[in-house]
Amino acid sequence: MIRIENLSKKYSGTTVLSIDNMEIPKGQIFGLVGNNGAGKTTLFSLLLDLIQPSSGFVLNNDIKVDESEDWKPFTSAFIDETFLIGYLTPEEYFYFIGELRGQNKEDVDIMLKKFEDFFHGEILGGKKYLRDLSKGNQKKAGIVASFIGSPEVIILDEPFANLDPTTQIRLKKIINEFRDDADTTVLISSHDLLHVTEVCERIVVLDKGINIKDIRTSEATLKELEAFFSEEILAPVAK
Amino acid sequence: MIKHFISLQWKSFVRAASFSSNLAIKILLGFFALYMIASFSIMGGLAYYLIEENLQMEPVEVINRFLIYYLVIDLFFRYLLQKMPVVNIKPLLYLPFKKSKIVQFSLWKTAVSFFNIIHAFFFIPFGIVLMMNGYPPLQVILWVVSIYALVYCNNFINVFLNGVDVFFYSFISLVAALGVLHYYDIFDVTVYIHPIFQALYDQPLLCIIPIGLLTLLYYSAFRYFKRHLFLDAGLAVKQQEATAENMDWLNRFGSISVFLKNDIKLIKRNKRSKTTVFMSFLFIFYGLLFFTGALEVYEAPPWRIFAAIFVTGGFLFSFGQFVPSWDSAYYPLMMSQNIRYRDYLNSKWWLMVMATVVTTILASFYLYFGWEVYLAIIVSAIYNIGVNSYMVLWGGAYVKTPIDLTSNKKAFGDSQAFNAKTLLLTIPKLAIPVIVYVIGHYTVGPFLGYALVVIAGMLGFAFKEKVFNKIEKVYKAEKYKTLAAYKQKN
Repeated sequence: MIRIENLSKKYSGTTVLSIDNMEIPKGQIFGLVGNNGAGKTTLFSLLLDLIQPSSGFVLNNDIKVDESEDWKPFTSAFIDETFLIGYLTPEEYFYFIGELRGQNKEDVDIMLKKFEDFFHGEILGGKKYLRDLSKGNQKKAGIVASFIGSPEVIILDEPFANLDPTTQIRLKKIINEFRDDADTTVLISSHDLLHVTEVCERIVVLDKGINIKDIRTSEATLKELEAFFSEEILAPVAK
Repeated sequence: MIKHFISLQWKSFVRAASFSSNLAIKILLGFFALYMIASFSIMGGLAYYLIEENLQMEPVEVINRFLIYYLVIDLFFRYLLQKMPVVNIKPLLYLPFKKSKIVQFSLWKTAVSFFNIIHAFFFIPFGIVLMMNGYPPLQVILWVVSIYALVYCNNFINVFLNGVDVFFYSFISLVAALGVLHYYDIFDVTVYIHPIFQALYDQPLLCIIPIGLLTLLYYSAFRYFKRHLFLDAGLAVKQQEATAENMDWLNRFGSISVFLKNDIKLIKRNKRSKTTVFMSFLFIFYGLLFFTGALEVYEAPPWRIFAAIFVTGGFLFSFGQFVPSWDSAYYPLMMSQNIRYRDYLNSKWWLMVMATVVTTILASFYLYFGWEVYLAIIVSAIYNIGVNSYMVLWGGAYVKTPIDLTSNKKAFGDSQAFNAKTLLLTIPKLAIPVIVYVIGHYTVGPFLGYALVVIAGMLGFAFKEKVFNKIEKVYKAEKYKTLAAYKQKN
């Protein structure tokens, strides 16, 4: 579904991302982990053509994202609060996204019904604009909006951050449901190793812009990741 | 401790995105400040001689007579332009500073504002000239001190005007009431205020009164802010109760109705955009300066089209020039959602067309000044729709100032909006219709002039698709730069 070729991004001489080759097949739940500055958000921004690659390109369903806009109809994302329109109520925002994706009000309402638990009664029917919601509730609205209109590619940047524990568990369930869906490719990034290993079929570790690990998730994955990220801390002790 | 505050302040000043981004703006602002300083100093130095020679009156008395207007105008400009200090203290609350120190600092910070210092450049030279002309030094010095105390009173009054709604509304109603009474000659408050200021000069020791007033204002401001220094009180951001709207009547616009609905909500629900719409409404009355014969210089025929362009184009200019910027807070969403540039631009274009039509109807009261005046307005409306609507969209692509929708500051004149490209684009907006009209007016007559402007507008209309292709290209070319610029928030 997504192919990355020779992709790199440089800011005034410093390379922040450099991926020679990566292919994400259709239907995969793809996880991205890495410390701050590893290039996770940069990669997602490149996938969405929000920044210009210094070299290489991204193909989304064989469409070059920086040359054509035809990838937009089947791709959706929630990166941060700049994906929310602050002066709308959550419903109005969902309907807006729905209309952009060819869904009428009824379609959106039916779809939102499924997420009543997830919203925990705090999003819909309230008397608040999105800008006045708490960070966690904003995130819930943004994540659900990215599911509207059954997109084929869903990109979520740190969806678990800022969510309360119950909602995190609910979100894991929701993402897990996409496993059975062979048409939907989901890309998520997270700092929570447990969560990504639970929901992702494949995990890529980025470090200083380079993909240094590409793992098919198995029982041993969590251990492997934990070992990798504690290496730096443990190394001096071992010496 | 004060040292910490000052270094924080300095950093926030020099590292502000708007400040560091553009050297030209810095120089321009610097020149503007120098210009203001120079004109105030020259006025201060010359005022004495000008008043004495031209009016044959006692200069101090004249100044005292106008002082109240001076102070009210000063307050007006402060309210519009001076930034309030209370916003940035949130991160300081958790740190080991005494609350009173934080409040003191933020109040003192306003004291060194340009709005306070600039007055010194008028009153000090004026005082020196007075003393050179044999006025008693002690009296002059204490009079200047009194006036300065009043200027600082304005500073704190403005703090209240910004912070306390009740205070703002009662103050506005008081000023409005006095203004109306004055206008209808029922009660002229300035008659009573003038002797008070005069007394400050005649009895210099009375300067303790303004100084006392200043101290009182300072302490009430201090107490007010100290009491409200909590996240859920004075520092809280005010929340509006949300009301959902459907606006199904807009569905007839087809694929662009989605954006139109959004844009109307944007205008209705945000402070900044409401101010813009209000200002563009005022543009309707701009023509009164020209068509009533109030100013003789504006009688010449070219001004007619010039004025009419503004009368019908208020919204077009004030809203349109910031077109992608209105969506700056969620531009990444707009750029990655299933949105075609064409639809997006089209909806903004329709919005401007609708606004222009509405203003043209509202401006029908110009018929009172003759049907030819209204004809000029209709002709300009056609030009605005046919040509200027594209021009502002085009220019907007180069304006990369993120707009904070919830705040009103900077609504009046955003320095970054003026760059070389947008200035160049004002030529077709204003100069071309005037030139085209003048050609027609002076060869055959006003009607050929109007006809030529209409033709220009129609031509623009005919080439809509072509022009939109071009604008779309510009938007695409500027996309990454725009996204990066909107990321920088102050």
